[in-house]
Amino acid sequence: MEVGKTTRELGLLKTGDSIMSLTGPLGLPTHIENYGTVICVAGGFAVAPVMPIARAMKQAGNKVISILGARNKELIFWEDELRSVSDKLIVTTDDGTYGRKGLVTEPLKEILQSGEKINLVVAIGPSVMMKFCARTTQPFGVKTIVSLNPVMVDGTGMCGCCRVVVGGQTKFACVDGPDFDAHQVDWDLLAARQRTYLEQEKQAMDNWQCRCGQHS
Amino acid sequence: MPRQEAAIRAKNFKEVALGYTPDMAAEEASRCIQCPKRPCVEGCPVNIDIPEFIKALREGKMADAVNVLKKTNALPGICGRVCPQESQCEAKCTLLKQKAPVAIGRLERYLADWERENKSSMPPAAPLPPPTGKKVAVIGSGPSGLTAAAELAKKGHAVTIFEALHVGGGVLMYGIPEFRLPKEIVQNEINFVKSLGVELELDAVIGKCDTIDEILAEGYDAVFLGTGAGLPMFLNIPGENANGIYSANEWLTRTNLMKAYLFPDYDTPLKVGKKVAVIGGGNVAMDAARCALRLGAEQVYIVYRRSEAELPARKEEVENAMEEGIIFKFLTNPTKFLDDGKGWVTGMECIQMELGEPDASGRRRPIARQGSEFVMNIDTAVVALGTTPNPLIAATTLGLKTTSHGTVVADETTGKTVKDKVWAGGDIVTGAATVISAMGAGKRAAADIDKFLTNL
Repeated sequence: MEVGKTTRELGLLKTGDSIMSLTGPLGLPTHIENYGTVICVAGGFAVAPVMPIARAMKQAGNKVISILGARNKELIFWEDELRSVSDKLIVTTDDGTYGRKGLVTEPLKEILQSGEKINLVVAIGPSVMMKFCARTTQPFGVKTIVSLNPVMVDGTGMCGCCRVVVGGQTKFACVDGPDFDAHQVDWDLLAARQRTYLEQEKQAMDNWQCRCGQHS
Repeated sequence: MPRQEAAIRAKNFKEVALGYTPDMAAEEASRCIQCPKRPCVEGCPVNIDIPEFIKALREGKMADAVNVLKKTNALPGICGRVCPQESQCEAKCTLLKQKAPVAIGRLERYLADWERENKSSMPPAAPLPPPTGKKVAVIGSGPSGLTAAAELAKKGHAVTIFEALHVGGGVLMYGIPEFRLPKEIVQNEINFVKSLGVELELDAVIGKCDTIDEILAEGYDAVFLGTGAGLPMFLNIPGENANGIYSANEWLTRTNLMKAYLFPDYDTPLKVGKKVAVIGGGNVAMDAARCALRLGAEQVYIVYRRSEAELPARKEEVENAMEEGIIFKFLTNPTKFLDDGKGWVTGMECIQMELGEPDASGRRRPIARQGSEFVMNIDTAVVALGTTPNPLIAATTLGLKTTSHGTVVADETTGKTVKDKVWAGGDIVTGAATVISAMGAGKRAAADIDKFLTNL
């Protein structure tokens, strides 16, 4: 699942290759406890961070209902892994090529409407998906945690590039987060700040593709 | 000191100061009257034997001069470029009241550069003493950490530096721009420290990957905290999170460490508008403003709430900035940022200030003049108000005492903290200050740690 220039470069690496630098874990860990029933919503690539959270929630004694959604069948991965740590798994694709046709917010809303007691929702994926999950859960008053992904530079709190506004206060997503209360997040600001380098991102991609003779 | 011409240098990242020629160095060195009082040595935060290295330089004994320098200063290539000599050694020079103080800083720089270019002419370094078997962990590879590590290694202790970033140097790498302090020189100084047997572990975020207590439990006999003051201060005025508003840390890190000026060869660009306002009056503000110019801004402003006389920046940097065409707006304070409705900054509302009575820092307090609000049209802003220590270390280390500013409490002379086996020095103790004072702190702490280890 390679979108930008850097992930494509990473995708070209082979087993045994190395990269210059790797560090972590940074930020604060997801808070795990026996809440009762937890819905874990994974948007596309975000099944990667959601899976270990679902697993930890299950191990802590929660009933785990997972929803995994992507644009189409090709973009679905780790379905079996997520199913193995969930009491129930619903898979959706926008175009209906796999699982149930529709967005993740649809089954999410249905579960909330069914009257089943839900204690926590964890939703991770593209910002707009997390925003709409927050909108979906808000009328039901269910606590919702999202994992924010603003642009970051050092990840240790030295620059403020990753500033987000939560509950009217400025926070650094890299040290105060990445998990935040979804109903308190200023989603418009996050979306605007994520667009800062769109032009340069395209330029970098074009430049790289020209140099490698690769055109998608 | 020959410099690149202002109009040319404002467009490139090459070093501004071109350095002395051998003739200039010889001439300046012979100005030193080798006075018996030697007040310059006292003026130096690491007490370099200044008259001695100047004498050796004058006599053409270059290798000897370098050795005098390196005896007390592990990073001469850096000090000669970034020290505020005008308020340190040169301020005490006997010749200050006559023509002009001896240009000690420039001579130091000349020597350090000579050494780098003539490595083969240098005699082999003195052998290290036999290993003591004691292990010291130095947290942070900035000036205080590098100095402490070098001094301890020279005493035979096994030193490991833990650095959070992917390269060493701290502010020397990410903060001070290429045109003031070439990164090749910084790397050279780091390599020298490593040549003493010091191990440098990169990507080690202490407080996250490991805590200080875990490091002590691993068997280190002492720990030196040199993590600096890397937490940026913001104005906390409305609109400050709009696109195009950066902390100076982000601005400088992207430019110097991450080579924004070489985009797209490097993937970490900066979005530089046409009109850039840098808020602040210290060295960091000057650095940020001069980087903005070199990154292509059409007009760069320094916006400072006091007057020129109160600017804390090094005189030479202020002069350089003014020569390069940066406009200084004194007695001006931002109150609000305006945006274009799509999340991008388009203006900065400011208010005029006037100076009242001195405040706690001794500088005259700026007071807002009611009714003097006006709007500056800008599309980029860099907030360079200062920094405080990153709370990560204090938050994850039991028993460490901190002040309300987030600085770690440590003895002024020895750097010892209240926590067993833990010392600290540099910006983490003093708040943001200078490279040389951090080095002095590193030296003093190393001496105290050595004493402690010897008595173990």
